[in-house]
Amino acid sequence: MKSNLNIKQRFFKDRSIFVIVCVFSLLSSIPLIAILGEVFVKGISQFSLSFFTLPTPTAYKVLKAVEQGLPIPGGIANGIIGSMIMLLIASAVAIPLGILCGAYIADNSKQRFAKFVSYLTDLLQGTPSVIIGIITYIWIVIPMKTYSALAGSIALCIMMLPLIIRSTEETLRILPSSLKEAGLALGANKAKLMLKVQLPSAFGGIFTGILLAISRVIGETAPLMFTALGCSFIRLSLDKPISAVPLLIWEFFNDPYQQELIWGASLFLLTFVLTLNLLSKYLTRKWKK
Amino acid sequence: MGDKIFKIILFITALIIPLICGGIVYALVTDAYQAFDYFGFFNFLTSTDWNYTEGQEQYGAMPFIIGTLMTTFLALLFCIPFSLPVALFCGEYFKGRKIASILSTVVDLLAGIPSIIYGLWGFFSLRPLIISLNISPQGSSILTASLVLAIMIVPYAASLSSEFIKMIPDDIKESAYSLGATRWEIIHKLFFPIAGSGIFSSYILAIGRALGETMTVTMLIGNTNAIPTSITSTGNSMASIIANQFGEADGLRLSSLIAIALILFLITAIINMIGKIMIKHSRI
Repeated sequence: MKSNLNIKQRFFKDRSIFVIVCVFSLLSSIPLIAILGEVFVKGISQFSLSFFTLPTPTAYKVLKAVEQGLPIPGGIANGIIGSMIMLLIASAVAIPLGILCGAYIADNSKQRFAKFVSYLTDLLQGTPSVIIGIITYIWIVIPMKTYSALAGSIALCIMMLPLIIRSTEETLRILPSSLKEAGLALGANKAKLMLKVQLPSAFGGIFTGILLAISRVIGETAPLMFTALGCSFIRLSLDKPISAVPLLIWEFFNDPYQQELIWGASLFLLTFVLTLNLLSKYLTRKWKK
Repeated sequence: MGDKIFKIILFITALIIPLICGGIVYALVTDAYQAFDYFGFFNFLTSTDWNYTEGQEQYGAMPFIIGTLMTTFLALLFCIPFSLPVALFCGEYFKGRKIASILSTVVDLLAGIPSIIYGLWGFFSLRPLIISLNISPQGSSILTASLVLAIMIVPYAASLSSEFIKMIPDDIKESAYSLGATRWEIIHKLFFPIAGSGIFSSYILAIGRALGETMTVTMLIGNTNAIPTSITSTGNSMASIIANQFGEADGLRLSSLIAIALILFLITAIINMIGKIMIKHSRI
């Protein structure tokens, strides 16, 4: 190695780079602490039973409360229920479809068509969420002539699919081939092998993949803005506009009078998402051992 | 269950992905056609007007393409000084130690935070700071959006880069050490040439993320429809103009917004494809 620096300078350079790397790495964790801190401190004071059981207040109620200097009444129950309904429908479709599709890609990984599907899955995963919103608007909202919970569910479903396909495919791919061979040696056909041996042994990886997919789509706002639209009371029907927690945050953000409610809703969403994230990390580590 | 039936079922479910992707392209193209037809494709791309007064409607994508490129490029610039140290910290200096796994968990959690919460944080914490530093009078600017975008893409760039750094075989490092190289010399002269294309591809994928980011940018960029003149001026990105105006648009304006969505879709698809191909070729 040609170097004009003497040994002291080289060591000094090495040390300083090490310090810089450490400092900047630790600086990178500040945003997480800052965001968690701000949302927690401002949000926890809004948590109460009624925050989770009451729907968002009407504009009239808000104005009255502001006039009298009272805290803004109401909560985010309509958002929580809407989010849960859409998540449930999206999961019910995306999980089985995603697992089967991932199984197909892993099973036929050398075939052209499977490679093509795998490539398109990447493409779909990289598609900006706002475009998924537009697409669902064109496909579902325009023909139905109304914004609806169904359209929101489909948008979330399209976002979940590639994530579940990827995790299924990757988990199936790293299964030891001896497992497959043992199954075949015992006389199982491909269907039995997949359903009774491969998929059950890949359960851990697929499950954590599903958790991550849920945590990813539950916080999505853009695809719901043009599909579920939002609604200020608790609604259970699928063919009408419905609310969701991130949509409520967006509404509160745009309405200066309701900004008090924004932090409670954000804290709820953040807790939910980060718990799922940590849980999936914990399970991955546990199942790997 | 019969083997044949099972195979057919798998094949049919696999068809759903090409159907969705084909449907996306078809729907975007047919609905954007009106705008391209009315203004002409290149005219639409290069026009800088965005006027929805009835009778003198004029739409062009240029301000938003430039807004997107500016926010993405700045975000990348701000992200490198943090994601590269994190990748080295987790992939080399403290590889396999507890502190590395804590840092990588922290950075991964950053990736899990919904973009609307980043937007809120940027609006209520970062924006006042920008105002008080006299960088921009109303605090919303290309710069504000890029700063928060940078934080959002750090995890994507860092985790993939550290994977590539970890893959460098130990015997290469050991032979360099035995020749008397310092750690930095090894990183500088061995890691970057060997893992460089992998690290580069992780930044390409991070760019793909930043291009389509919607809510954060919408909340922080200031939402004006002219070409931004500097990084402290307000603007609009392709995703944020859609988020802002899609709900109230119809006719030609709706078609123009969908045309912008089509352009955004194509750009992200190309960037992601380049990234994926590079990753495939840079496996060590």
